[in-house]
Amino acid sequence: MAFAAFATTTGPGEEIARRRSPIALLLLLPGILYLILFFLTPLISLVLTSLQAPSETGLPGVYDQAFQWQNYVIVISDYWPHIVRSFGYALIATVLALAFSYPLAYFIGVKARQWPLLQSLLLVLVIAPFFISFLLRTLAWKQLLSDESFVITSLKALSLMAPDAHFTGTPAAVIFGLTYNFIPFMTLPLYTTLERLDLRYLEAGNDLYASPLQVFRKVTIPLSMPGIVAGTLLTFIPAAGDYINASRAFLGGSDTQMIGNVIEANFLILQNYPAAAALSIILMSVILVIVTVYIRRSGTEELL
Amino acid sequence: MKFSLGKWLLPVYVIVAFTFLMIPIVYTFIFSFNDSLKSNITWRGFTLDKWLNVCEVQNGAVCRAFGNSIIIGTVATVAATVMGTMIAIAIVRYRFKFRSATSLLLFLPMATPEVVLGAGLAAQFLSAGVPKDMLTIILAHTMFCISFVVVTVKARVASLDPALEEAGRDLYGSPNQVFARITFPLLLPGILAAALLCFALSFDDFIITNFNSGSVTTLPKYIYISASRGIPAEANVIASAVFIIALVIVVTAQVSKAARAKRLATVG
Repeated sequence: MAFAAFATTTGPGEEIARRRSPIALLLLLPGILYLILFFLTPLISLVLTSLQAPSETGLPGVYDQAFQWQNYVIVISDYWPHIVRSFGYALIATVLALAFSYPLAYFIGVKARQWPLLQSLLLVLVIAPFFISFLLRTLAWKQLLSDESFVITSLKALSLMAPDAHFTGTPAAVIFGLTYNFIPFMTLPLYTTLERLDLRYLEAGNDLYASPLQVFRKVTIPLSMPGIVAGTLLTFIPAAGDYINASRAFLGGSDTQMIGNVIEANFLILQNYPAAAALSIILMSVILVIVTVYIRRSGTEELL
Repeated sequence: MKFSLGKWLLPVYVIVAFTFLMIPIVYTFIFSFNDSLKSNITWRGFTLDKWLNVCEVQNGAVCRAFGNSIIIGTVATVAATVMGTMIAIAIVRYRFKFRSATSLLLFLPMATPEVVLGAGLAAQFLSAGVPKDMLTIILAHTMFCISFVVVTVKARVASLDPALEEAGRDLYGSPNQVFARITFPLLLPGILAAALLCFALSFDDFIITNFNSGSVTTLPKYIYISASRGIPAEANVIASAVFIIALVIVVTAQVSKAARAKRLATVG
């Protein structure tokens, strides 16, 4: 079900000439108006909020509209470690998720083609984590990897881990959680492109005396690029903004806080709305720049 | 492909990978049978009590949160599916101005981190003086669902053979009849998939909900609030039950699809 969202199939319907009709406007209007009202204007009000100044009344949580651009300077100088950490963690988690998911997607999309039922059941297993609460899944890992857990005590007994070391609360735990939670977002788009991979190209590579590794590098990887781009974006974007895994009640500690945690704390606890808004705008802008550059880059690589 | 190593290496890897993916699910399921007291961290023995008396803990707080999640998910799903399906049909079938602006407006919500969507809506509700309650959560969930519905239904509209509708018109079907008897039934699987996806996204959403819920508690929010002081096993019961229901629905759909494909293959 969810994987349909990532499919970019073209079918017979694509070929028909599109008509001009007033019906189109009627069909578009409700949804587009809705998105303008509840997606676009909130972004504008976020920009406005990010420039607000504390009210002269001095009441906490009350702000006046202003053009206080230094809000951005303040949040960057206060929270630059959180900003760097967010993108660093998200990047590592994305690379790990790609390494984990590619063989899995390859098996489901290519090797399991002969058995359609097995293929669709394996896909169900990939999205199965979606059916159980994201928060409970993360808490399950917290319990399974706590200091008293079987895994950690065994590692310590085998001297693979220092006796006074912890796993939960460390950057490694947060990256682990981010990787685990976003694996389905990586696997599904990889699957949709690998499922349509024409195996004759691989055979042609073999016939031309390429080693299996060369075929993989020069044929399989370039042909699955659309899936790699979609998967990495679908993993990186939510991972960079996530604040569950890094939260102290889940897998994080006090020195693993990410930009999402700071936005949440400033908005919902400290009532420092301008700081939360400025951080949100920074997060969104950096992500949009990364997405644009990345899509352009991978597009040109494909042409070469 | 000749490397014999790959013959067994990949299947073994797949089994290990799936085992890893299932670990927290199995853990959550097992701990729904834990005879726990307030927090559900150490194993204290097997019991069916939590399954049988789900709603009794904390005066039914878990069940109230679950009920809220169901209401919010249902309303948001219906609203987003209707609006998203209409947009998907318009995009595939019609020509209109501002096509690229429309695509951008549909793509951006999917490329925006949830924390930004949540904070933006909360900032707007704050400046407009709208109190946060069930309605603001529904408005938020509908918003982030629309784009996913459009993407899902669009694929289905694009794969629809226009010859079928032409045949309907040739047989003197009125535009309404053609839509009701041909187009809509053919789009239905895509629409249902989109609705399921939207409901799943809404049901499990915490980040956007947290910014726009005020004092209303949904199931994920209940779990988040309880996380620091211990989550009752009843939350595991509800999550496990939802998991099983979702799994049964999806597996049944896949198996019947495979059976249908097989039947068509033997007939054709």
